[in-house]
Amino acid sequence: MSNLIEERYDVVVIGGGPAGIAAAIRATELGLKTILLENRDVLGGIPLQCVHPGFGLHYFKEDLTGTQFIHRFFERMERIGVEYITSAHVHSIEYRDYMEKVVNTITRKGVLRLYSKTIIYTVGARERTLFEIGVVGDRPDGIYTAGEAQTMMDIYGVLPGKDVVIIGSGDVGLIMARRFALEGARVKAVIEIMPYPGGLMRNVVQCLRDFNIPLLLSHAVISIAGKKRVEKVTVVKVDEGFRPIPGTEFEIACDTVVIAAGLRPNIDLLERLSIAIDPATGGPMVNELLETSIPGIFVAGNALVINDLADYVVEQGEKAAEGAKIFIENSGIPAEEWKPVKRGRNIRLAIPHYISGERSVTILARVAKPEQRVFVEVPEVGYKTFHMAVRPAEMIRLDLSKDALSKAEKSVTIEVKPIAYRA
Amino acid sequence: MHRYRVAIVGAGIIGASIARILSMYENIDVSLIEKEPDVGWGVSKANTAVIHPGHEEDPKSYPLRARLCKEGNELWREWVRELDIPAKWPGELMVFTSDEEEKAAEKYIEFAKVNKVPGVRVVYREELRALEPTVNPDALGAVYAPTAGMISPMEAVIAIVENAVENGVKLFTETEVFNVRVSANRVIGVDTNRGFIEADVVINAAGLYADKISNVVGVDTWFFIKPRRGEYLLFDEDVDIKPTRILHTVPTLVTKGVYVVTTVHGNLMIGPTAEDLPVDAREATLTTREGLEYLWREAGKILKVLPPRSRVIRTFAGLRPEPPNGQWLIKAYDSPWGFVNVAGTRSPGLTAAPAIALHVLEQMRSVFDLRLVKKEKWNPFRKDIVRVRNRSIEEIDRLVETNPDYGEILCYCRMVSKAEVVEAIKRMKAIGVKTITVDGIKFRTYAGMGKCQGSFCRWRVALLVSKYTGVPLESVVVKRGSYGVGDVKLLLRGRAAKGQG
Repeated sequence: MSNLIEERYDVVVIGGGPAGIAAAIRATELGLKTILLENRDVLGGIPLQCVHPGFGLHYFKEDLTGTQFIHRFFERMERIGVEYITSAHVHSIEYRDYMEKVVNTITRKGVLRLYSKTIIYTVGARERTLFEIGVVGDRPDGIYTAGEAQTMMDIYGVLPGKDVVIIGSGDVGLIMARRFALEGARVKAVIEIMPYPGGLMRNVVQCLRDFNIPLLLSHAVISIAGKKRVEKVTVVKVDEGFRPIPGTEFEIACDTVVIAAGLRPNIDLLERLSIAIDPATGGPMVNELLETSIPGIFVAGNALVINDLADYVVEQGEKAAEGAKIFIENSGIPAEEWKPVKRGRNIRLAIPHYISGERSVTILARVAKPEQRVFVEVPEVGYKTFHMAVRPAEMIRLDLSKDALSKAEKSVTIEVKPIAYRA
Repeated sequence: MHRYRVAIVGAGIIGASIARILSMYENIDVSLIEKEPDVGWGVSKANTAVIHPGHEEDPKSYPLRARLCKEGNELWREWVRELDIPAKWPGELMVFTSDEEEKAAEKYIEFAKVNKVPGVRVVYREELRALEPTVNPDALGAVYAPTAGMISPMEAVIAIVENAVENGVKLFTETEVFNVRVSANRVIGVDTNRGFIEADVVINAAGLYADKISNVVGVDTWFFIKPRRGEYLLFDEDVDIKPTRILHTVPTLVTKGVYVVTTVHGNLMIGPTAEDLPVDAREATLTTREGLEYLWREAGKILKVLPPRSRVIRTFAGLRPEPPNGQWLIKAYDSPWGFVNVAGTRSPGLTAAPAIALHVLEQMRSVFDLRLVKKEKWNPFRKDIVRVRNRSIEEIDRLVETNPDYGEILCYCRMVSKAEVVEAIKRMKAIGVKTITVDGIKFRTYAGMGKCQGSFCRWRVALLVSKYTGVPLESVVVKRGSYGVGDVKLLLRGRAAKGQG
């Protein structure tokens, strides 16, 4: 029959970015037979092309560039001896039974059938495209997603264009605006459909204000024009419902459009296994050890939820590896009951989706709209912290102890409550 | 044996099909001349991709269209096998939702009888739902035409040209014809941006620009082309609404109906709109908000459930060359001797293309009194690029054994390997493409046609183009423009040298 190469593992980690590398290191440290698979010819994922600082402040208590940050993990990998393959593309995942999955992997040496008790899925996100955000008009050259433009500039040294309009003011858009400005390109504007910036405040200041780059809030690019190359974009002001306000259209001449309109968890392989998806995150539903609705398949990093910081991504990778260890030792994650984490007032998303109450848990949540002077509360367990401001761009992190969580009976609710107005 | 030099203006589906037919003859030398860097970049690139049965062509008003459409439908079944072109034959349903529409639809049953299109009949609710479960339950019925098919038009043009070149046709890309030279009332060749090309016969298959070529010759000066724009929505292949049959609304006086189809590559596609543009708007392939909204509304009449808007992966538009009164102008002229018009071949031009090519040959034979000798060794076959996609892992493993580049996947969404991209570059060079474009590779391999629309693979493909052509990465052409504007380090160094940094 078939003479495909077969191997057996405790853990197969799919995706060699920060989440996958952290997961593979931790799993190997825990004594699990682990292999890390990466599609590109190098490990490292997106941080490789991030020459800006802001990485590692939580994890290493140091301000590192993306490249420095990821190199720290390369050193660890080497020390511990993590097994990995690059230029390895996962063709499909087969779920055979509770303790056996197969990861079919295409490599230059042939197709590998990797049998594994667990899988940690860390393939990251993809960028939303022009067509997903409803831009019409011509389709000339000179339109790039932010990630593609960053790869061109910081891996291959190619300047994509000179007069740039950036769609989206998330961190990716802000950082690319500065990156273009540093290379001598003119960033004509950053266009944001929301009434507030989508990225961290420090990035608004350091990337736009310091370079005099205009940020147009409550505006949208509605069409692109150009024969060979982009020649201009048409921008319009939008109302609270994001509908274009007639008569407010104006044009910006440019040769380049960079789309930084957000990321979507890349879950194609999991979707084909009919995994449960959370519409709010676009990623899988998970329990406190980041196990998905399919037993023994864990997910971490931007494939789980779009994170603000690579530091969080690394923590998720490590958490998933600990989950894999518990899963293998107990033939499943032991929990008497899974209690849902509910989204209360002004909470758009929260990770994880289920908790047992038997372990300490870090909850990451995002608000739906910005607010000032609020309490973030979990009423069932008596958790309450004060925040000067909450913004959709910045994840709220709640560290809940096992003791506190044991008080929750049926569920826990995350909610944001304004301080009562004092006259 | 007299030799004939034939110049075909335009390497779209029509020009390519004619080139293939003429390549069967020993004593014809064919020059296929295309202004774009690659073949099929005009009308052939963006259309509904349907091979029509022929029951929608009014035999009284459009006898030629009716005949060649039906013949073309039959010929395509051979051509797709010989040339290994992705195709399927699911049949079509013209869906009616009111008594009025039903009445309008009945006329196509009559057309089918006269045009001898087999199997066309009306189906009502239960049978309609059995034939197509995704159809709107409010639909009263449909005209079912089982011979309708779908192909990949761009791959068809590419396959036909590869086969034609294999059989001796010479392709000139980036060569724009601006004059047809006539001497002593005979055509003697064409003037192009790359010089004069001698020819005894000049065939005008210039698509949207066919009236310009015809006018410089001075024949049928009444003829002109009006561009008609059609916009489309293309969905992610993971969308589970995938009609098995070709579905469309009942044509009206204004439109030919909106189609809802599953392409040969498994993507749901909705379109086209039909918008008449000013005569000079021949590059106006922009999409509009209004056009796309119209498509959503029309598709809602046909489908039980519409896919989520978030699953659109691309919107695009193409132009159709609309002639006066919808009449194709296919004619060989004896004054000036040697000129042939194949102009205004609006729908069903794609369907009829192989039949049009044969018809053109017959016209040429009778008007020019050609004495043609068939080649002893004409190769009717062409094989498609061998792909990783849609293969079992055992098959992929065997492919990798033959060539490790099959084991390196460049496009995740469509699972395209390095071997396929390298093969596409090789084939482009082989037919005579001078500028290897990333878009040309996309049409041959599907790299960049998935949900990320190339954001993960465009640079990988561009790197390979750079490697195999020696063009620096920033100068690799994507569609018509370069990938980047310069080398970051060189730009910085240049400025530092000038003391401006």
